[in-house]
This record gives sequence, structure tokens and C-alpha cells, in this order.
Amino acid sequence: MPQAQVTMDVRRVNDNASVIDVKGELTAFAEGVLMDAYNQASDGRVRAIVLNFEGLEYMNSSGIGLLVTLLIRVNREKQRLLTYGLSEHYRSIFQITRLDDAIGIHDTEDEAIEAAKA
Amino acid sequence: MTDRTSQNEEQGEQRQPRPEPRDAAFWAKRVDKLEVSAVPDGASNVNVHGRREVGALQGFGQLWQKTYRVRLTGVETTPEEAVRVWKERFPELQPPNSRFYPSMAGVAPGEVLFISASVGGMPVHTGVRVIYADDESFTVMTPEGHPESGWNTFSAYADEDGTTVAQIQSLARANDPIYEIGFRVVGATEQERLWTHVLKSLSAHFGVNEPVSLEKTCVDPKVQWSQIRNLWHNAGARSMIYTMTAPLRWRRDRARRG
Repeated sequence: MPQAQVTMDVRRVNDNASVIDVKGELTAFAEGVLMDAYNQASDGRVRAIVLNFEGLEYMNSSGIGLLVTLLIRVNREKQRLLTYGLSEHYRSIFQITRLDDAIGIHDTEDEAIEAAKA
Repeated sequence: MTDRTSQNEEQGEQRQPRPEPRDAAFWAKRVDKLEVSAVPDGASNVNVHGRREVGALQGFGQLWQKTYRVRLTGVETTPEEAVRVWKERFPELQPPNSRFYPSMAGVAPGEVLFISASVGGMPVHTGVRVIYADDESFTVMTPEGHPESGWNTFSAYADEDGTTVAQIQSLARANDPIYEIGFRVVGATEQERLWTHVLKSLSAHFGVNEPVSLEKTCVDPKVQWSQIRNLWHNAGARSMIYTMTAPLRWRRDRARRG
């Protein structure tokens, strides 16, 4: 199988929330990278995981499946999953697949972090 | 701790429309509800037009990810060729109790495929919409009333040794409590037979007779009682009523013709 064409850097922005900066392609091959990033991001008492999609270059339906799997894990840990930085195109895909029913979508990191406090 | 406020403000002031991503042509356009302008011969539109699409988060039952694979061993074919054949021959790769009726455009982003199937001996007229299609994969999403709520992705890739592997991956849950019981009793096994049949048919097209592997994971063991109202759209029940009332419609149409 091809290698994952994606990097995910994790930043702890405050006691409650961690940001995962997604850069590159979100496909089935990104599963290991995404789950490693989540394990790192959810260390401690983090209540919200924020995905930064400003660097997202490509996503197929398997990438959407990964986000569903991540969401289930996040919910199981009683955390919240939020996003920001989605282009209009990727916002539309979140609507098509109805991920927007369960994942908070925000314009900026500040808005997402503020929403994480609620 | 990281302070990104000033950086975000600068980015906001300078925000430019981003270039269209490479995947833009592969995704279907968003629709609020499925709209059907033409129904292929033999298909039934009884549970498709006007239905909303539902994904892996909207259904009722346990969420399962099932991955079926077959290796096209000893054949000089690329993943692109395998998927091209899959798209072209999708209806004929199905077993007799599961008929697919594509539109004239075939398997392409936004197109609806009508389905007439038998689930646990019950007739089900429903459909799916192609939400994603590229050269190496395509994905269909289910509408309200379909036995499942979620996606099926049909794809092919080259393994480490260069062998093309054809794969079906479903990420779905039963749409309502009736379907959930049906899947737990017999439906899940029927469904596994269905997709195994499809992969066997595809590999047979290439002259290959290899076993189909199946990996399944229960991603979310909880049922979602908040979705119990999905029962209203149950395509099995509606198909049954539609079939039983066929003589009444025939008499009504005959009376109208005088």
C-alpha cells in the first residue's frame, strides 16, 4: 500500500483543548498518523480535540470514514471534536456526508477554542 | 500554550479564495433530498425520490466497519482497470436477489443507483447515490429507509508485491430497530454473502478464483435511540405495502382510462 501523504502536528493550546494541524492528504493511508495524533492530543484532561484543516490538500471517502471512526472514539472518551480552516469545498463534503451534524465547524482557531469551553 | 490570535487576524485579512483541490471533480454536489428525473426500466422509485441521504452517524444500530478483499493473483491488471470494469459491470456482478439499476450516466458522482433486493426474504426497493468516484474507487451513500445508514467504498490498490487487490469497505449501521433485529438474526450474514459474491464475480471476470477475506470491527456497539423515528421511512415495510396495493393501483388506473 502507498505511504500516507500527510503530517499531523499536535499543539496543546490550553488545559481543555488540543489542536491537530492536518497537512496533506486524508485517505485510508492516514489512519495510523491520525490515530497517533489523537492519542498524543488527548493526553491528560483534554475535553476537546480541534482539527485544523487549513493545510488539507486532498480527501476521499475513506478519509471521511476515518473522521467517523475518530469521532466515535472522541465521543467514547466524553470529549468533543471540532474543526476549523475548512475550505468551501470541504465544508460541502461535510454536509454531503452529514458529518456536520456531529462535528462542530468553525472559521478560525479562536472560535473553535472558544466553542470548546462551552 | 500557544497564542495564535494575531496570526489568525493576519490570515483573516489576507484570506484569498483557495485553488480548487484535486478531489473536487470526484465528489458529488450536495443535495438536500434525492431528486430523480428518470427511472431506469425495471427499477422502482418508491423509496428514493425525496429521501435525504443518511451516513454512518444517522442510523439506529451498531456501527460496523467491514472490509472484504480479493487478490487478483496472476493477472496483469492495474487498480484503475479493475475499478473501470467494476463501474461498467456493477449490476451484473450482483447476485440474483440483489438487482442494481444504474442511470444512463452509470457510476459517476451524483448518480443514483436503484436497488431491488430481498433482505431476509422481504422485498426492498431502495437506492444509493454515488457520492465519490475517481479512477481507483467509488463510494455510495444510502438514503432514508435503506436497510443501512452509511457508505460502501469499492476500490482497488496494488499490494506490496504489485498484485492488484479489489476491496469493498462498508461503514454503516442498521437504519432502524427492525433492520437492526434483522441484521442480528440473519441480515448480516446475507450481506456478507452479497459482497463476497460481488468480489468473486469481479475476480472471475479476470479469470481469478481466489478466496475473499473479511475483516469486521464493531466501531460503535451502542444503538442510537434518538434515531428511532427512522422507522417511518423503512423501505422494507413501504415496499411490502407498495407490492400489496398493486392491484388497487391497477384498478384505479383502469378506471381513469375509462
